[in-house]
Amino acid sequence: MLTGDAQKFYGLLFGIAFSTLLITQQMTIFVNLVERGASGVYNAPEAEVWVMDPVSRTTDVSYAMPSTALDKVRSVPGVEWAVPHLRAQANVRTKDGDLEGVGVIGVDDATLIGLPKRMANGDKSVLFAPDTVVIDDVGVTRLFSNGASPLGERLELNDQRAVIRGVSDAIPSFTSTVVLYTRYSNALNFVPGTRNRLSFVLVGVRKGETPEAVAARIEKETGLKAETREEFAQAGINFIIENTGIPTNFGITVFLGFVVGVAIVGLTFSLFIRDNIKQFGALKAIGVTNRKIMGMVASQAGLVGMIGYALGVIGTVAFIRAFSSNPFFKGFYIPWQIPLISLAAVIVILAITGLIAIRSVLKTEPAAVFR
Amino acid sequence: MDTTAIGGCAPEAAICARGIIREFEAGQSTIRVLHGIDTDIRSGEMTYVVGESGSGKTTLISIMCGILWPTEGEVKVFGTDIYKLSDTELVNFRLNNIGFIFQQYNLIPSIDAAANAAVPLIAQGVPLHEARERAMVLLDKLNIGDQANKLPRQLSGGQQQRVAIARALVHEPRLVVCDEPTAALDARSGRRVMDLLREVAVAPDRACIIVTHDNRIFDLADRIIVLEDGRITHDGKEMPDDH
Ligand SMILES: Nc1ncnc2c1ncn2[C@@H]1O[C@H](COP(=O)(O)OP(=O)(O)OP(=O)(O)O)[C@@H](O)[C@H]1O
Ligand SMILES: [Mg+2]
Repeated sequence: MLTGDAQKFYGLLFGIAFSTLLITQQMTIFVNLVERGASGVYNAPEAEVWVMDPVSRTTDVSYAMPSTALDKVRSVPGVEWAVPHLRAQANVRTKDGDLEGVGVIGVDDATLIGLPKRMANGDKSVLFAPDTVVIDDVGVTRLFSNGASPLGERLELNDQRAVIRGVSDAIPSFTSTVVLYTRYSNALNFVPGTRNRLSFVLVGVRKGETPEAVAARIEKETGLKAETREEFAQAGINFIIENTGIPTNFGITVFLGFVVGVAIVGLTFSLFIRDNIKQFGALKAIGVTNRKIMGMVASQAGLVGMIGYALGVIGTVAFIRAFSSNPFFKGFYIPWQIPLISLAAVIVILAITGLIAIRSVLKTEPAAVFR
Repeated sequence: MDTTAIGGCAPEAAICARGIIREFEAGQSTIRVLHGIDTDIRSGEMTYVVGESGSGKTTLISIMCGILWPTEGEVKVFGTDIYKLSDTELVNFRLNNIGFIFQQYNLIPSIDAAANAAVPLIAQGVPLHEARERAMVLLDKLNIGDQANKLPRQLSGGQQQRVAIARALVHEPRLVVCDEPTAALDARSGRRVMDLLREVAVAPDRACIIVTHDNRIFDLADRIIVLEDGRITHDGKEMPDDH
């Protein structure tokens, strides 16, 4: 019956598809954005344990430790290797004379641990050359928006000369700040200040040990804070959730998507029932039970719901594909839970609106059909 | 009135209505629309229920076919005391025994003529293709077999009514009820529909009740029951002279 009424069919379809799109898309952006809080951890995949000053909270909110911390950590049983890791803010002056805040990350001089796994351009070994920095790919789009190759470009980094010799393929940070990677010893030159410039010690654990056990042991023996990769990634995510208005903003949009869905679908449903109330009455008089009528409406609503839901999910995928070249959306993916949540939302929308609409059918006296 | 039926029900009566009273709430007050109707409807006859607007015709047949509860009284249809049935039993009783023709046809707009005509069979659980085939037989008989695949809105009013008639008869009910089948039609079409109904809806084992106030077709009745203000004032082959 529903499928025969093009106007209402498309009304329902639109309502469901719109809700699905809004809910799926906004939740996807939310999850991906919040996960950016852990990008610093994900970009240093070799580190199984992060050691830091007890007051440090995330890769970007850290307090430096004395340089003796490195040796202390190395002497803890179960530690296979430990390398210094520096994270600091600096200003660069570009060729055009613009000033831009950047993150400077000092990776281990010998092993280059701390550098993202892949390079987008150039080889990791370029870092062994003097004054060399590797820029992250988001940084390229920000500093070299004209499409020019950044390789060989000079930067003035806190009044020190730096040359870009490679581009890393990194997950952008929450704020999409430009990130420059350099060797730890270089970084000390780039970043002003004198002492205590060891932000983190990155640790690999010995075979047969778990990161949890090693982290606990490091904390006990050094008095420093040690977190496993997963714990520290989660800490970064939690920091974003707790310190930005993001959950509320996205929560409101998702809720609105749901409400708009209920409104459009509910209205269309009621109009449909109202237009067909005589036909429903006739069916009831003829001897079709309420159950069968509900089953009929439910199966048709289910069909429309499935098509609308599919359109909404496809729309989200298309949206993320379309923007995948934009650094803001780099690496965005749809966690499998999100389509399930929007499916649940669609089912709830249809159930609420359908039950409200069908009540009038159930209440209709078959005798009304003769009036 | 058939004296053998008073008090009890004649075994051959299709419908046996006794002491039917129906009241409606109208604001604070209660209005009594039917004041104790006793009558039998016989199979093999086309019975008209006539009377002025508001006299209670629709109310009476609604009660007689199991879609409106009487305030008082009892109705037996083919021996079953229908208002003693449970809700579900009553729905199934209607499905298996009664065919309805509504004035506004009330066809389902999104399915074609054959599917509309097949609705009672589908509701009975007859497989779809078989239901359609049986509906086709009737549509052919009603001369609209060639319209079977059209949607209701692609049919003329007369054709829609034939589909509605097919729907009322497709499951071979023993009782057929029509409310004002000719009200929207001109005199000639009205008579054609009544001829058609007589041909398909009247059979020795089938009763047919028609509510009408269309005096152009009174001569086609086997029996005429006249209602006035909720009371039967005449019951016979012809209309009374004063009408
Ligand atoms: N559901 C209802 N609620 C209140 N009053 C009703 C209801 N149904 C019918 N009535 C009243 O009962 C009386 C008889 O109505 P009914 O529909 O049976 O008349 P009718 O003879 O079929 O008239 P018409 O020829 O106009 O169709 C009318 O006065 C009507 O207003
Ligand atoms: Mg009436």
